[in-house]
This record gives sequence, C-alpha cells and structure tokens, in this order.
Amino acid sequence: MTRDEALFEFLLRMGDNTLILGHRVSEWCGHSPVLEEDIALANTALDMIGQTQLWLGLAGEVEGKGRTADNLAFLRDAWDFRNVLMVELPNGDFGQTLMRQFLYDAWSFVMTDWLKGSSDPRIAAIAEKAHKEVTYHLERSGDTVIGLGDGTEESHSRMQAALDYLYPYCGEMFEKDKSDELLAEAGIAPDPTELRPEYDDIVGRVLAEATLAIPGGSYVHKGGRNGRMHTEHLGHLLTSMQWLQRAYPGAAW
Amino acid sequence: MYAQMIKTASNGIKPREEMSEEERAFQDKIDNDIKIEPRDWMPEDYRRTLIRQIGQHAHSEVVGQLPEGNWITRAPTLERKAILLAKVQDEAGHGLYLYSAAETLGVSRDELIELLHEGKMKYSSIFNYPTLNWADIGAVGWLVDGAAIVNQVALQRTSYGPYARAMVRICKEESFHARQGYDAIRAMAFGTPEQKRQAQDALNRLWFPALMMFGPSDAESTHSEQSMAWKIKVKSNDELRQQFVDQTIPQIEYLKLDLPDPNIKWNEERGHYDFSEPDWPEFFNVIKGNGPCNVDRMKDRVAAWDDGEWVRDGLLAHARKKAARKVAAE
Ligand SMILES: [Fe+2]
Ligand SMILES: [Fe+2]
Ligand SMILES: [Fe+2]
Repeated sequence: MTRDEALFEFLLRMGDNTLILGHRVSEWCGHSPVLEEDIALANTALDMIGQTQLWLGLAGEVEGKGRTADNLAFLRDAWDFRNVLMVELPNGDFGQTLMRQFLYDAWSFVMTDWLKGSSDPRIAAIAEKAHKEVTYHLERSGDTVIGLGDGTEESHSRMQAALDYLYPYCGEMFEKDKSDELLAEAGIAPDPTELRPEYDDIVGRVLAEATLAIPGGSYVHKGGRNGRMHTEHLGHLLTSMQWLQRAYPGAAW
Repeated sequence: MYAQMIKTASNGIKPREEMSEEERAFQDKIDNDIKIEPRDWMPEDYRRTLIRQIGQHAHSEVVGQLPEGNWITRAPTLERKAILLAKVQDEAGHGLYLYSAAETLGVSRDELIELLHEGKMKYSSIFNYPTLNWADIGAVGWLVDGAAIVNQVALQRTSYGPYARAMVRICKEESFHARQGYDAIRAMAFGTPEQKRQAQDALNRLWFPALMMFGPSDAESTHSEQSMAWKIKVKSNDELRQQFVDQTIPQIEYLKLDLPDPNIKWNEERGHYDFSEPDWPEFFNVIKGNGPCNVDRMKDRVAAWDDGEWVRDGLLAHARKKAARKVAAE
C-alpha cells in the first residue's frame, strides 16, 4: 500500500462518516420535537454535508482518476463505503439520534483537533474549518444528552436505552490498520487508538452529568471503516440518496 | 405570504363618527403610517385578526418544511442537498420569528400550535400539494417563494411594527430562495430531455396552486375591507396575483418551457398579461381539508409534536432541576 492509497482510504473514512451521518440527520427535517431542534438538526446536517464536500473532494484529487466528491458520494456501492457502522444506523427516536450525534461529535472533535496540526496542509485546512463547526455540535449534542439524561424518568430511561444500543459501536472509531500506521508515521493523521483517552474523558464527563451509566462489556461492532461488512441499513440509505444520479446517468443538476 | 382568507374579526368598517376616542387615535396613526407597537392600545378585533394572520403565516413556514424535506434525502448532488438544507433551515427560522411576532399580541407559540393541530387554524393551501420530482424543488423556490415575496414585500408596510419588521428580514431570505429555485429548475429546463420533461411537469402542476396562494378573487373576498383600512392587508388579492403573473411569464419564456395555461397572453391595453383563473372549487376543497396532502401533512406534524412530548418534558424538567440546584447553592 502506498501512502497515497492510505491517504485515499483515510479521506473516504472521514468523508463517508460526515456524508452518511449528515444524511441520517437530514431525515429529521420537519419532524423534530420543537422548532428550535428542526433548525439545529438542519444546521448540523448542513455542516456535515459541507465537510463531506471537502473530504471527498480531496479524496478524488488524491486518487487522481478524475472522480469528484459527487461521483464518490453518488456512484459507489455499499462495499466501497468506509464510514463506521454507527453513523448508518437508523435514527430511532430523538434521544437515540442525539446520543449517536454526541458519541460521534466527541470523536470528531478530538480527531479534527489533532488534524489541525496534520503535516498535510490540505488536511489541516479542512480540519481547521470542521473543528469550529464540530465544537459547536458537540456543545449542543452534549447539552441535550445531559438535559434528557437528567430530565424525567422517561427521558432518562430512553437515553440509557440509546446509550446501551449505541455504545458497542463506538470502539470502531478507534480501530487501527496498516493505512493508519502509514499515515501516523508521516504525521498526516493520528494513530486512532491514541485519541481514545481524550474521548473517554469527554464522554465520561457528559454521561456522568447526564446521570447515565456507561454499559459494561467490551464487544465492538465493526466492519464499516474497512468495508468488510456494513449493516443492512446502508443499502437502503444509498438507494434513496443515489437514486437520481443512478436513474439519469450523466445528467447535470 | 401564506396567509389566505384571513377572516377579519369584525363586521365591516366602523364609520369615524361611531368610533371611540381611542379608536379614532388608533386609526389616525395607521392613516399617517405610524406603526402600531405591542404596548400601544389596539382594538380587540385588530389584535385577533393579526393573530390569525401571523399565526397562519408561521404555521405555513413550518408545514412548508415537509414538501421540501421530502427531497432532502434524494437531492442529486452534495451542493443541491446543502442548498436545500439551508433553505429549509431558513423556513423553520421564519416560523420562529413569526411565532415571536404573534407572541407580542399575547398568544403563545404552544397555543397556536395546538389550534393548528385541532384544525382550528390553517396554513397555506400550497403546502397541501405534493412534490413529485426533483424539478418541483426548483419550482417551489421559484414559484412558491416567488409568490410569497410578492405578498410579503407589500406586507413590509403593514401597520403592526413587529410583523412589518419580521417581513423585512424574511423577504431578504425568500428572495435568495427564489433565485436558487430558479437556478435549480433552469439546470433541468436546459438539461437532458428527461430533465426538461420533469421541469415542465413541475411547472404545469404547481402553476395554478401558486396562483391560489393569493387567495380568492377580490369579488369573493369578503373580509378585505377592514383589513385594508387597518393596513393589515396592503394590496388586494387580484393586484398581487397579477403582479406575480407579470413577473413570472418572462421567466418561463426564458426557460423555453411551454406556458402552463393556454390563455396566457399579453394584453396591450391593460399593460398586463391575461391568464386563466385557477380552479376555485379545487381551492375551496383544499382549504376544507380535501387537498392531496392535507391529511398526511397534519398527521406528520401532530406525530412530530406528540412523539416529541417526552423530549420537551425532559428538557424542561432538567432546566427546573438546574435552576433549583442553583438556588440551593446560593
Ligand atoms: Fe413566507
Ligand atoms: Fe419562509
Ligand atoms: Fe423561503
């Protein structure tokens, strides 16, 4: 594996995470519990789609085969996607959506913080912009997790159920393979395992304030980040997301 | 826009000699284009009529998220998806300003939402039509936001200060939406034959519903007179509709799409385009709840509200606990 191949893989992982999660969040449009949340969720989705354009745009550039961000988003099949499994899971109730957002935002916050100092200036520039957005997302999703965890009995039990469901998917964000090692050696991207302590610190603090218990058990669901095995949900998501591009190949929109 | 057939809460205009002192002073302010502000005295009927109008406008912004949201997950490019998300976010923001403007009249957002869900308040008929192909998203921005702007530019001069100011802010964003919508449908009108077909289909389906947004013709519009005297309404339905038609026909021609109505023709004498009236029985049916999407739209909104109850309750409970802890610590 060359360094550019590793870099391409990494950029897909970044861009696919934001693409798929941005898509999931956008499904809430017009259906959230209160108008302020409709606005906030649309804003979060919008930021993530913007980040996708940058990550996948750079991925296409690095690949050097003339593929654009749109080509990568709309014309790959599921096995070529490199997002972690957590982001493709269905939204569930509002609590599950916000819990997932928080667990992802905390990782994204630590990741983009590191990437601001990447030895690749193109990555550092994207991370600089993304980190500002993610800082705000994390503040919001963290506050909501705290509010609902420490709210009523019902909201507490729903948030605990969401955490129990999602927590086994968190570990995948810290998996490491050959391509990560290559990039870490070059100072382009972090060794993912090294992000874990700071992540655990953020998550631990928020969940404690939310009066929620981190589930025991160490099992980790994975297979998205390396493309080995996605969930059944991704195919359905792509079916709607890619429909127009697939039905009318070559059209400009 | 999005306020149609607002029933004015009074029976005709009171002659000046029958007015009380307060009413006369109030009417004088309006006649001199002095804005009415929340703390000013106002006739109860003025207040009630405004609540209906602003509330209906706010509900329209909120329900209007649904037909556009219908395509967010299927937007054909990342750029178009981002534009659509930003637009829908703006619309929800408009809902928020408008509910705030209504609150200055002494009615809460929750009360208004409850009235909507009970079927006692309405939202614009346009949002009871479906969005069936991607060109509809372009057409909604171009025609629906376009029609809204025609009405709302007029409403920037409305007599109630908070409403007029909300309109100024909202109009800027609506103009942006209309331009982006036009750009999206232009890409299709000049695209492949299939795309062109979609653009034409969208125009044909949405043209008359867009004309209906201005409400029934002046001859049938019974509640306008008092609202005009109060400057809650600034121009008549037919005037606004004509203005919209006149500005839109050249845009259709530029797109090289077929006109959606065979009777559209420049009338030299009037200096305006002639056009067919929309199907008013259809309009009244949509208003009564028989439009293609009325039931689904309300079901969606009510479900969002009901499913969200635990979230609102949870956040409120947390805010109270936090406040109590703060007090205890002091
Ligand atoms: Fe509007
Ligand atoms: Fe709007
Ligand atoms: Fe708009």
